Amino acid sequence: MSSWETVIGLEVHVQLATKTKIFSGASTTFGAEPNTQACAIDLAMPGTLPVLNKQAVHYAVMFGLAIDAEIAKESAFERKNYFYPDLPKGYQTTQLEKPIVGRGNVEIQLADGRTKNVRIHHAHLEEDAGKSLHEGDFRHGVSGIDLNRAGTPLIEIVSEPDMSNAEEAIAFAKKLHSIVTSIGICDGEMSQGSMRFDVNVSVRLTGAAELGTRTETKNLNSFKFMEECIAKEVERQIDLIEDGGTVLQETRLYNGETKVARSMRSKEEANDYRYFPCPDLLPVILTDETIEELRRNLPELPDARQARFVAQYGLSDYDAGILANDSAMAAYFEVATAKSGSAKLVANWTIGELAARLNSEDISIVKSPVTAEQLAGLITRIVDNSISGKMAKEVFEGIWDGEGNADEIIEMRDLKQVSDSSALEQMVAEVLASNQAMVDDYINTDEAKRKKKLGGFMGQIMKASKGQANPQQVNQILAKKLNELL
Amino acid sequence: MHNLTIAELVKGLQSKEFSSTELTQHFLDRILSLNPAYNAVITITAENALKAAAVADKRLAAGNAPALCGVPILHKDIFCTRDVRTSCGSKMLDNFIPPYNATVVENFERDGVVVLGKTNMDEFAMGSSNETSFYGAVINPWAADCVPGGSSGGSAAAIAARLAPGATATDTGGSIRQPAALCGITGLKPTYGRVSRWGMIAFASSLDQGGPMARTAEDCALLLHSMAGFDEKDSTCIDHEVPDYSATLGNSISGLRIGVPKEYFSEGLDVGTEQAVRVALAALEAQGAELIEISLPNTGLSVPAYYVIAPAEASANLSRFDGVKYGYRCEDPKDLQDLYSRTRAEGFGEEVQRRILIGTYCLSAGYYDAYYGKAQQVRQLIKQDFTSAFKEIDVIMGPTCPSPAFKFGSKGDDPVAMYLEDIYTIATNLAGLPGMSVPCGMVDDKPVGLQIIGNYFDEALMLNIAHQYQQTTDWHNAVPKGIL
Repeated sequence: MSSWETVIGLEVHVQLATKTKIFSGASTTFGAEPNTQACAIDLAMPGTLPVLNKQAVHYAVMFGLAIDAEIAKESAFERKNYFYPDLPKGYQTTQLEKPIVGRGNVEIQLADGRTKNVRIHHAHLEEDAGKSLHEGDFRHGVSGIDLNRAGTPLIEIVSEPDMSNAEEAIAFAKKLHSIVTSIGICDGEMSQGSMRFDVNVSVRLTGAAELGTRTETKNLNSFKFMEECIAKEVERQIDLIEDGGTVLQETRLYNGETKVARSMRSKEEANDYRYFPCPDLLPVILTDETIEELRRNLPELPDARQARFVAQYGLSDYDAGILANDSAMAAYFEVATAKSGSAKLVANWTIGELAARLNSEDISIVKSPVTAEQLAGLITRIVDNSISGKMAKEVFEGIWDGEGNADEIIEMRDLKQVSDSSALEQMVAEVLASNQAMVDDYINTDEAKRKKKLGGFMGQIMKASKGQANPQQVNQILAKKLNELL
Repeated sequence: MHNLTIAELVKGLQSKEFSSTELTQHFLDRILSLNPAYNAVITITAENALKAAAVADKRLAAGNAPALCGVPILHKDIFCTRDVRTSCGSKMLDNFIPPYNATVVENFERDGVVVLGKTNMDEFAMGSSNETSFYGAVINPWAADCVPGGSSGGSAAAIAARLAPGATATDTGGSIRQPAALCGITGLKPTYGRVSRWGMIAFASSLDQGGPMARTAEDCALLLHSMAGFDEKDSTCIDHEVPDYSATLGNSISGLRIGVPKEYFSEGLDVGTEQAVRVALAALEAQGAELIEISLPNTGLSVPAYYVIAPAEASANLSRFDGVKYGYRCEDPKDLQDLYSRTRAEGFGEEVQRRILIGTYCLSAGYYDAYYGKAQQVRQLIKQDFTSAFKEIDVIMGPTCPSPAFKFGSKGDDPVAMYLEDIYTIATNLAGLPGMSVPCGMVDDKPVGLQIIGNYFDEALMLNIAHQYQQTTDWHNAVPKGIL
């Protein structure tokens, strides 16, 4: 068996979170009725003309600044010509020769603690196409066109082939997701197509100088699908070569539902796009002042935020990394921390209980049923010993189910922890009195084994208090009272 | 009333000599009775026109109406008109009714101008004879066996036949100036970016420019003032003040330096045409202008460069006509490929298909540098020719086209001969300069045009020169035989 190495490069389409489209005033809101958000320009009606959305340009520049890339003072749009029903003009307005963002760098962290630099070749502005709705989505035997998405602004980020396995590719993809959502240029909603990944994969014998023939799998919109697709494609290519075949340069599709990959078109079938400068649009000129202003106002980047979380809140690097790389989670964490004053508990709950619930129900943190304020309320009650950790989970469930905030649920369900020492002392005394056999057993046991026996009393007391007794306090009182009996 | 100029109509309307409704009805009647002989107007909007005229009459009665209020004109059928079919002379858009107005249409509407209808044109403005229209050729009012020029042949013929006092037109390589010359009227292609292209169906976006046609320079000044101006909906429209073109028409042209390019008087120029143009130049000299021979050395390259750039842009601009969203769609397409190829083969005429193919070829991988790249370089050279010329002179003059109106079918089999019709007009489009054609004589009872090329945004000067010329000559008042 020979040893193989994998080479991966990504092309990432990021929908920019502008209110209107890149060349028209139509809204970009996701999920509207088909063709209700397409104006005459988006429909490519005769005589209509594009006007560039300044916000889209600024967002692209912000991305460039975030990855420390060269920003082109002059960039230009070109027409990429091909016929497809969801491409209303018969060309896509995009950038080729003069992209707005030049070379840059993205640093990724790997599970073993290593970091790696992925070079960005360039990023350019372009318009999204519409959507073709075929059978299954639409009436039998008829295809429909929905042009709501046509003209949505995109940046296409093209990486160098710097990744050598799926882990690195996913880490890179997640890092880009983290950057674009942190600087607020994309909503990051992968399931709505806000970020889509084209994965270029090739394999070669370890140490070979030349790159192998690559395939491009288009339009993956989840990290999980990306991982599966890369694994399958690497295996396919290696099997093919080891069986004496050759990898064909082709464009492929991967169906995340059926887990089946297939060829879409070969290199020979590829279009000649006949790019040429778009005569309807002037070159995009950026002044130093504009670039500097955008740089000054650039929101905090994930890496800087991670460092700050460590320094400011005393979090571990690992926890800080998880929170900082998801800007919505980071914002949630900071709000809950500000309200509760307990960064570490908030971090634990956010990364633990909350993230697990959100994940299992596939809800994004911005739509979390437990708001940051509500989590802070819960944590405040843990800190002031009003409730135990076990109770806290029950309260969390209550908040999740919409029963109210922590205090309301504690009140309603009578979950308040009993920390009143006289009440606890009485409770302990009652349990000891009614369990004389256990007390005798405790007294007659070797000192070394007595500690173990304490658990039995604890269980009885907690049962008697319906779990509301403060366990630390009970422990102390119990030990004291039993020692008195010795 | 149809023999009055727009300036005279404005006076009559403002002084209530006649109402806009009377005027509009008069021109509508003329169109209904006379147009069948010329085929210049392909859509008549009588009902809308009379409504607009009634509104204009109210504005006129109230006072303070804009100068053009109540004046009826025609729009070239390349300008989108809300709720009125806009065909661009093509079967492809025979059923297309835009839900929006072109900015030019909107500007005229703002000023109370009444729209009588839409004029015939070469399909998608591709042609120099008006023979490529889906609606049939336009007849030149001066000679029934001759073309009116193109692509704005419908607008030019309609004005010559007194079916309207003025009309809009567009010019990508000469489509205002050449038909103006062939029909004996005055037409102006403004500086690229002077008039908004929004709602003007694109042929070659970097060359297309809308402009006015009328019988006199004075009328063109009034029309241009209304159509021109910055429009944020067109990114290539330039935010440059619109002067009162009428205010400077009376300026003296004494001391004006007129550049006469020797390349515009070379072989291929009809003798009679040359003579008429030379006489016109002498008349201007007599008014105190100075004639200076200049050279525009790259003139010969303008036609080949244009016939790469214009088709290249057109090949992309016309891709949207695919049978999917609007316009013509072939019957019972088998599949997507069949829908595209039959829709476009059946919906576009021969000349349009020829140019799409040329453009597609020029942009193809492996040919781009040799054709499109080279043509863009030539375009820069041509621009430089003009830039250096304008250091020494104020305007450039020569013939608008090589000969008077030619016979139907005489150039139909030879696209290159047809393309050479635009040899004197194309360079200004490539450079983005303003150009104008003014009637300056007759050859074989057919009109000849004098071309005036100005520096960027020098429309006021060009109109001033043309007006001064028309004060001492009568060619613009000539009426085709049979038109009363």
